[in-house]
Amino acid sequence: MIEMKEVNKYFGAFHVLKDVSLAVGRGEKVVVCGPSGSGKSTLIRLVNRLETHQSGRVVVDGVELTEDPRTVDRVRREVGMVFQSFNLFPHLTVLENLTLAPIWVQRVPKKEAEDTAMHFLRRVRIPEQVDKYPSQLSGGQQQRVAIARALCMKPKLMLFDEPTSALDPEMIKEVLDVMVELAREGMTMVVVTHEMGFARTVADRVVFMDGGRIVEAAPPADFFSAPKTDRAKLFLSQVLGH
Amino acid sequence: MKWLRDNLFPGWVSGVFSALLIVILVKSLFAFVDWAFLEAIWRADANACRAAKGACWGLITEKHRFILFGTYPYEQHWRPAAASVLLIALWTFSAFRAFWKWWLTLVWFFGLALIGMLMWGGVFGMPYVENERWGGLILTLLLSTFGVAFAFPLSILLALGRRSDMPIIRALCVGYIELIRGVPLISVLFMASVMLPLFLPSGVTIDKMVRAQLAIVMFAAAYLAEVVRGGLQSIPRGQYDAAHALALPYWRRTWLIILPQALRVSVPPLVNTLIALLKDTSLVLIIGLFDLLSTVKISLTEPAWNGFGIEAYVFASLVYFVFCFAMSRYSRSFEHR
Amino acid sequence: MANLEERRIASGFGFLNREAGFEIGESAFLRYGAADSYLRALFVGLTNTLLVAAIGIVLATILGTVIGLCRLSKNFLLRTVSGAYIEFIRNVPLLVQLFFWYAVITEGLPSAREALSPLPGVFLSNRGIFFPSFSSVPELQGFNFAGGFAISPEFAALLMGLATYTAAFIAEIVRAGILAVDRGQNEAAHALGLTRAQATRLVILPQALRVIVPPMTSQYLNLTKNSSLAVAIGYPDLVSIANTTMNQTGQAIEGIAVIMAVYLTISLSISGFMNWYNAHVAFK
Repeated sequence: MIEMKEVNKYFGAFHVLKDVSLAVGRGEKVVVCGPSGSGKSTLIRLVNRLETHQSGRVVVDGVELTEDPRTVDRVRREVGMVFQSFNLFPHLTVLENLTLAPIWVQRVPKKEAEDTAMHFLRRVRIPEQVDKYPSQLSGGQQQRVAIARALCMKPKLMLFDEPTSALDPEMIKEVLDVMVELAREGMTMVVVTHEMGFARTVADRVVFMDGGRIVEAAPPADFFSAPKTDRAKLFLSQVLGH
Repeated sequence: MKWLRDNLFPGWVSGVFSALLIVILVKSLFAFVDWAFLEAIWRADANACRAAKGACWGLITEKHRFILFGTYPYEQHWRPAAASVLLIALWTFSAFRAFWKWWLTLVWFFGLALIGMLMWGGVFGMPYVENERWGGLILTLLLSTFGVAFAFPLSILLALGRRSDMPIIRALCVGYIELIRGVPLISVLFMASVMLPLFLPSGVTIDKMVRAQLAIVMFAAAYLAEVVRGGLQSIPRGQYDAAHALALPYWRRTWLIILPQALRVSVPPLVNTLIALLKDTSLVLIIGLFDLLSTVKISLTEPAWNGFGIEAYVFASLVYFVFCFAMSRYSRSFEHR
Repeated sequence: MANLEERRIASGFGFLNREAGFEIGESAFLRYGAADSYLRALFVGLTNTLLVAAIGIVLATILGTVIGLCRLSKNFLLRTVSGAYIEFIRNVPLLVQLFFWYAVITEGLPSAREALSPLPGVFLSNRGIFFPSFSSVPELQGFNFAGGFAISPEFAALLMGLATYTAAFIAEIVRAGILAVDRGQNEAAHALGLTRAQATRLVILPQALRVIVPPMTSQYLNLTKNSSLAVAIGYPDLVSIANTTMNQTGQAIEGIAVIMAVYLTISLSISGFMNWYNAHVAFK
């Protein structure tokens, strides 16, 4: 599904990703974790070209991402993204948020788009909010709408960039529940998160990053019980400690 | 090369635009350089100017003394020149944060006194020159400087008054601010210039310059009041709470705690108001004062130099631009702190 | 008050019904002759002001929006040229620019006999700009054109100056408005597959408008007030005609009161509209 080979990225002079290689198979769930500044957000943003890489190859669903805008468009139609700050469109209702892209990008007729929207709203368990504006919803509800919005494009792959980091603690569970259900249904997912419980439950692989490199990658059982590197051990002790 | 590609030709449409723009720009640049420099006449020969294709900078060569100094006596021109330089120096000096100490007011006081002495004369062997003969650049600078100097304290009072708990004070302040901001500057100038003499006891006249200065101060104060109000509103509530808790009386509170914070935030919009004021002084032309724009316009009325308005106003634009652009850069530098 | 009596000025607005006795160079809508009253003369001034303000606002908005968008362009040339335009225009007094435009038209354009004609029936000369109207086509008669639709040099200069000046300020407002929209909105839109044009139109612009409208209306107000500079280049707007009236009748107080009352009404109406807009349409 995703193939990254020796990818390097610089922000100006700062070398944020160093020779990173990663492969994600269809239906696989990968959790990316690590200390802040390790480059994990940048990594997943490379997949839908919200960031560009300076060297190496990034191939998504058989399409290599290059400077050609057509490759970018094709990839973005198949990849859904959920952001830390939700990024819902505040001037549109929930329904309009969900139907905007299907109507304008996929040219789906309005009625069909609305039916799809309702379907996914039910899936994230807030169908009654359909005509509300984002500012009228709680953080947890907004993020679930954001997930539904991404799902309405019927993507083959979903990216999550710290989806629960901006939420109050009591709302984290409702969002994680939705993500777990999504995982169980077979969606290919790459999730950057600090929620280790989620990783343990759902992930096929945990990828630990530090200082722009992938330091360790292993199935959760192995990673959490017996981390191989010192940096991973240090990170786990800090995260799981509290 | 890559920079060129990214910034000029990122896509088809953009590339076409760039190509077109480059062609237009280059052609205009050549035409302008041709008009303004190559074919231009620099010496003060009106006939040569009319015969030539290029710009007539001879107008400036011939008239620049009048444009800069107005009807000030010719041999004494060094005085307004020195005064202008001194005033600009004062402003430049005040721009450095390091000099924002209590003694800055003293520096200004002595500087302005010196300028007054230079301009009026009557001492140290300098002949007296009445202020009806002042004009040109120094007049523009003086009107702006005193405009801001007097408008600023007035605006603070207005802003505080607008937030006052006493309904009459508040109504008066709001009324004043909204009235002045709702009408054009020209009407305020007319008001001061034409109406004011009518209300004075007979025999008492006010200098035209003072009338114009009064109008400019009244006008600026209303706009500055809104700037100060913005600064006052931007102070977190906690500051007011703390000041109250310390049981400081109103004026002490305001002077020591509230105002310093509000004013620090207000420096960029304050400088922007000064820029606007400098531009607005050009309106005194309409009530018959000889500011910089006025002298430029009058220099065109001489029959020999009639018809070179474009050159004249390009010159005027450049002078104003230099001052205003410098100030706006300065104001912009505050946003990066 | 002794001063007032000394000058034996009759206070009050009675003079408005007296015969004006002066001609007005151009009138947008109303017909006027020297035998009409001062009141009618002032009305003509008002309509002239409103005409130049209305057209000026439309032109300034279009020009300003285009330039503001150019400032945000990826194209370096577009960005720099529009930036230079804004910097220069904003740092030169409007009055200087008005005089400049007037000089361009009266000195730069050829005389009527040698008028430029970019399109058939359209003539540009230092006597003005002439268009064909529905009923007649401008024709050279002697030293000037007759027939057709005429734009005087004064009107043209005022309009050009006001529009280009205000456009520079509007450009900055548009740019600030678009930049004020959260970066994440653009990212979310692009992540969903919207093109740059679609994202701007459907997501960014609607949100930017809410930030843009208040300062934009303020600029419209400024343009209207700035039209009062017409008195300096000879376009017969309200202030210009009130000035003539004051000079002829000596009724300075009433004249100024009229000017202020009219502009105050315009300002308060526009502020009133702004408040209504903020309460009803602005961000939910």
